[in-house]
Amino acid sequence: MATDPIHQFQIERIVPIDVGGLDLSFTNSALFMVLSAVVGSGLLLWATMHRRLVPARMQSAAEIFYEFVAKMHRDAVGGEGMRFFPLVFTLFLFILVANLFGMFPYFFTVNSHIIVTATMALFVFFLVIGFGIWRNGFKFFKIFVPDGIPGLVLPFIVLIEILSFFTRPLSHAMRLFANMLAGHITLKVFGGFVISLGQSAIFGAGAVSTIVGVSLAIVALIATIALTALEFLVAGLQAYIFAMLTSIYLSDAVHPGDH
Amino acid sequence: MELEVATELGNLIADAGSAIGAGAACMGVGAAGIGLGVLFGNFVSAAIRNPAAADGQFGRLIFGFAVTEAMGVFSLVIAFLLLFT
Repeated sequence: MATDPIHQFQIERIVPIDVGGLDLSFTNSALFMVLSAVVGSGLLLWATMHRRLVPARMQSAAEIFYEFVAKMHRDAVGGEGMRFFPLVFTLFLFILVANLFGMFPYFFTVNSHIIVTATMALFVFFLVIGFGIWRNGFKFFKIFVPDGIPGLVLPFIVLIEILSFFTRPLSHAMRLFANMLAGHITLKVFGGFVISLGQSAIFGAGAVSTIVGVSLAIVALIATIALTALEFLVAGLQAYIFAMLTSIYLSDAVHPGDH
Repeated sequence: MELEVATELGNLIADAGSAIGAGAACMGVGAAGIGLGVLFGNFVSAAIRNPAAADGQFGRLIFGFAVTEAMGVFSLVIAFLLLFT
């Protein structure tokens, strides 16, 4: 059993599949992505199974969840952008369930790999460009030209706006990836502190150092518990932030020039 | 024989440099702390002036928290990259 904080992110092939040199194995990452999708949608489907007009507990919870995401999306994009609501809801649900699955011991955190978050962020990025140009034609490029800028600085502002537009998918992906990666590494590191400090009690290093070691280990344990609670908050928050930023970027495609 | 020693020395220096860089990158986390303090301080001082409007702006506060925290976490990721690869 490896005790370094990096080992938890190792990709392991569960079902090796080789298609003409291309490695399409079913890995632990793929397993947890499938689990997130199935459990997430399964929970919602089961909760809304009976479709009562006056909802019972589970259906009410599902409706509150739905309304939470719908309100966030509607506030960001408005009526015309509600066509993208299924995408935003799916992203939010998938990321939330995947992050929460990562909190269980020995489970794999899907979003702790940049390729996963970058795929979702690039999808949103190309969707924004594609839909923006398809819907608005060349008026889409008005997002690079904010209102009320004096003529002299305009070229520089446009250049900076274009640059910041292209760093959007980078920061969008990095935010979720970095939060998951750093959070789980921190949890493992503090967990390791508990073990390494508590070892003085097992290996009998003399009374004083045992007392000091064990008390520091208890402090480290309390810190680990606090950090786990924080990680739960971050898991939910990062899913919400990813979805909200998706909505905001889509509002640029739906009505450009609204800075 | 000398080439092995030189390579080993080079690796040790590179590892030491990585460790120093990782420690330096953690200053970015402190900068994120400053940003968060500014954000929440402004929110609290505005909320005390206008408590009725405070709850309506809570969503914006959480959004600002997440994007500011992200910068701190980016620098932490650089530190981890230096330490562990």
